[in-house]
Amino acid sequence: MTTELMTQLGYVVAAGLFIFGLKMLGSPATARRGNMISAVGMLVAIVSALLDQGIVDFTYIAAGMVVGGAIGAIAARAVAMTSMPEMVALFNGLGGAASLLVGWSALSADAAIFTLVTIVLSILIGGVTLTGSLIAWGKLSETIGSGAITFSGQQIVNSLVVLGIVGGAAMFCLNPTDPNWLYMVIGLSLLFGVMAVIPIGGADMPVVISLLNSYSGLAACAAGFAINNNALIVAGSLVGASGIILTQIMCKAMNRSLSNVLFSGFASVSTEETVVEGEIKPISVDDAYYVLEAATNVAIIPGYGMAVAQAQHVVKELTELLEKNGCEVNFGIHPVAGRMPGHMNVLLAEADVPYDQLLEMDEINPRMETVDVAIVIGANDVVNPAAREVESSPIYGMPVINVADARTVFVLKRSMASGFAGIENPLFYKDNTRMLFGDAKESIGGLVREFS
Amino acid sequence: MSGAEYLLFILMLSIFLGFELINKVPATLHTPLMSGANAISGITVVGAVALAGTGSENMAMWLGVGAVTLASINVVGGYMVTDRMLGFFKKKED
Repeated sequence: MTTELMTQLGYVVAAGLFIFGLKMLGSPATARRGNMISAVGMLVAIVSALLDQGIVDFTYIAAGMVVGGAIGAIAARAVAMTSMPEMVALFNGLGGAASLLVGWSALSADAAIFTLVTIVLSILIGGVTLTGSLIAWGKLSETIGSGAITFSGQQIVNSLVVLGIVGGAAMFCLNPTDPNWLYMVIGLSLLFGVMAVIPIGGADMPVVISLLNSYSGLAACAAGFAINNNALIVAGSLVGASGIILTQIMCKAMNRSLSNVLFSGFASVSTEETVVEGEIKPISVDDAYYVLEAATNVAIIPGYGMAVAQAQHVVKELTELLEKNGCEVNFGIHPVAGRMPGHMNVLLAEADVPYDQLLEMDEINPRMETVDVAIVIGANDVVNPAAREVESSPIYGMPVINVADARTVFVLKRSMASGFAGIENPLFYKDNTRMLFGDAKESIGGLVREFS
Repeated sequence: MSGAEYLLFILMLSIFLGFELINKVPATLHTPLMSGANAISGITVVGAVALAGTGSENMAMWLGVGAVTLASINVVGGYMVTDRMLGFFKKKED
């Protein structure tokens, strides 16, 4: 058997393992093993690639793997679960950068036109993914301001950049020996990544990192075409598909189209004056305790504010005390709660909340009428009834968790300031809503002390 | 059969397969799905090793070495952090 054939068969095995691993990600019970299987697939793919007879010197390969592997390992161990969105954003960028470099390095003087086109694509997608992800990382970690950055003439500048990329790419394919066109495409792709993400506000970052996740896969795919490697094509398109699906889910959960998310920063935002009737009714920890003590069914709706207050562990304690008191407790997780898809679930899982207690919006909403107390912790827009009731509201039509259907609603909130999106929330003024003001961790801690 | 049409054929099939597989991943696992996807997109390392191992110490080789390094961060970091996260997910014991 030739080594070339062995390499190709190795890729087939690796692709099979990736697919099997992703399939096992279909249930939390098998997911961890699925990830292991996928990792074994990667190992098989790398070993197969190292059989390549063109490799005469392993020194730099080993050095790159050791350095990269060590950085990856340290980052994976050190990262706090609240910072996962930033980490995923950075990893998206690295994936894009790697594909850019592979495409660039694959350039040879005698390349066919099809290869040249795929080289340009891997550089273009890789470059946009790299700088776009760095900006997304900056916004998520608040290294740079999380707001949308717009300036007059932005559309014109962007159009010029796109024209420059298209023109440069065409000239490069016609004159592959002149590196200046290539440098122009690389430079403009990097610039375009920045330009594409700066006008998008921090609240829309879950969509952006999902989309960039997809791009990092597509860049690998394009690089696979450039170097004629089907392992890259299969794995890259699996990642591309995954990112696109997550992007769709996020957009649907915000009732917005992808183009609205990507380009709305360009249009001026209309400020709505929502007239809200009713009054705010605060409640003390003592009174909240008496209501909870009598409750038999409690739903907790967490938002990113819970993670900011680091309240998830004390929430878990409260859950246990309520259950000991004979009460059923469930969590209702909105798809865009947290800073990335599934973020709240990981934060709660880390605090030892079992995953079968974490219900999706579509599961919890029909049960809401049987809930005695719905506790909203650090969430705002995802429970805003204006999305259902107020047609003039900017979030009208967005699917929300219908906490107002519960007998009583407790809203844990620092103050009356409006949420991330700056939209008035009529929930706070409903007859059955009680506001528990203060730091979420302290308020829940107070409830825990009352119980024990 | 080899060449562009063969690669495009693979591309089409794997995109459809990807959509089928990922649609079955529950919302609760979407963060590990994304970090796992980061790890898989490190597959670029497979293409990069051949470019980094030519021993010719020219620019193409150094670009390849850079790609190996970056992709290795993704592979190792992605799988490890996904494993760490999935370790948190536990079923309720009754």
